[in-house]
Amino acid sequence: MKHAAGQIKKPAYAVIILLWLIAPLFIGKYWTDVLNNVAIYALLGLSLNIILGYGGMFHMGHAAFYAIGAYTTAIINTAWGVPVLWLMPLAGLAAGLFALVVARPIIHLRGDYLLIVTIGMVEIVRIALINNVFGITGGANGIFGISSPTIFGFQINGIVAPAHYFYLVTAFLAITIVLFYLLENSRFGRALKFLCSDEVAAEGSGINTAGYKLAAFVIGAVWAGMTGTLYASKMGFISPESFSFWESVVMFMIVILGGSGNIAGVLLGAALIIGLPEIFQGLQQYRLLIFGLALMIMMIFRPQGILPPKPRSYPIGKLEKNEVSL
Amino acid sequence: MSLLQVENLTKRFGGLLAVDSVSFAVPQGAVFGLIGPNGAGKTTVFNLITGNYEPNSGAVSFDSRDITGRPTHRIVAAGIARTFQTIRLFANMSVVENVLAGCHCRMCSGPVASMLRLPHQHKEERQALAKSMAELEFVGLFDQAENLARNLSYGNQRLLEIGRALASDPKLIILDEPAGGMNELETAALVSLIARIQARGITVLLIEHDMSLVMKACEHLVVLEYGKKIAEGPPGEIKKNPLVIEAYLGSDDEDF
Repeated sequence: MKHAAGQIKKPAYAVIILLWLIAPLFIGKYWTDVLNNVAIYALLGLSLNIILGYGGMFHMGHAAFYAIGAYTTAIINTAWGVPVLWLMPLAGLAAGLFALVVARPIIHLRGDYLLIVTIGMVEIVRIALINNVFGITGGANGIFGISSPTIFGFQINGIVAPAHYFYLVTAFLAITIVLFYLLENSRFGRALKFLCSDEVAAEGSGINTAGYKLAAFVIGAVWAGMTGTLYASKMGFISPESFSFWESVVMFMIVILGGSGNIAGVLLGAALIIGLPEIFQGLQQYRLLIFGLALMIMMIFRPQGILPPKPRSYPIGKLEKNEVSL
Repeated sequence: MSLLQVENLTKRFGGLLAVDSVSFAVPQGAVFGLIGPNGAGKTTVFNLITGNYEPNSGAVSFDSRDITGRPTHRIVAAGIARTFQTIRLFANMSVVENVLAGCHCRMCSGPVASMLRLPHQHKEERQALAKSMAELEFVGLFDQAENLARNLSYGNQRLLEIGRALASDPKLIILDEPAGGMNELETAALVSLIARIQARGITVLLIEHDMSLVMKACEHLVVLEYGKKIAEGPPGEIKKNPLVIEAYLGSDDEDF
């Protein structure tokens, strides 16, 4: 039974990956751009999944980290003309540092309390951007004229040629999936799942719960910041309204609906939450109504998400007899 | 030479004096019991030792180092592991993964090593898995390794907690009512398990309600009542101590 499921799963994944890779050849610019958005939100969902999915921390302000990455890229690129892709690590670093500073005092908060504080955080960031802090964020108008990414002199314009941008964002998504998969299946990922399951027991087993929660916040923020670079360089301009509270809610929904703590679930969540409203555009004003209804039904009948994580299995059979001794 | 030294430990919860100037010393290699009627403050003393609570006054030193008020995970790393009175397992994870939690503090690879899958990280994971399986064999749950923790029987869940604590390579293991919910057969097995833990050179500190277990397993007892130490000595002496008999007659005499 277990074996059979695995046998179907692998070819199914291969088909989905193949379809994803060749899709831009068959669909128009508009739909390629939709896929680009799905990929960006998949990245945001995966980065939030480290905090919310593995760590179980109700963080509703992820758009703040995304915004800091995007603005770091925009400001430095427009002021000094540094190529945007070079700014990706810097954007990640800026968002990570911000997370380190703001998450430290709130890390001990639980559940709903953390939720409220993080909502406050994302609102403060948005309002600071609107009020043009330090005179560098361009206020409510945002920042224009961010250059497109270039790779070996080849310019990737996300608006004119979404298919080019598609392969850039897909490459980053693929790297992210591999890295996060390894992270999930490691001592680090395990520690986050322990503290999510029972914080007192985790601390009592010798896990520095406060330290791991903070590390989860920082890693999630670094990735959201780097995704901010991709977003800013795709659009060419950014403004505070792209990083509103609603964006945080969408990321939160992607993780919870898809299956929190499971990479495949988060990817599916991104495809559904970003893709479905586009497919049902024919229904016009009713599409959000249907979408909301679907979400409600979903949460009643499958609260753990569409693809919840399975318990991790360990290669016990591969151990030698003489290894297993005290 | 005593491994753990508790000096004038005091803890207040509002107006309640839960632990009142308690002192005792646990010698290296002993099986040491902490007993007393319900609400005597036994678990509070445990929580003070393991850093779950901070004492109002007094000191705890372990291995000739002061550990008073240190965070729990640092105390575990220093060599004190514990089990919980109300079972606290990671219910939806496999039995072996629960034991791996205990290995955590003896491992070192961080997020970057994991993302890059460095060779030492790979090796360390394998060693931890082998160690966890060995601990499961020690407590008698080897065959249950891939089961989910929540599917184990109550008695086996207690054993799993002990296995998880042992995986952190402690010098001292603190067992908080390990026989709670166990039948007679399981309790007898527990007595022999405690002896085997002691034979590994690990000092055992035991809180227990089950008097027959305490009398069989422990070499030395401390009796608490209303947060105060009322008696201390070997089980034979404690049994005859009039103060102890009175304390127990007041609450649950049938135990004694």
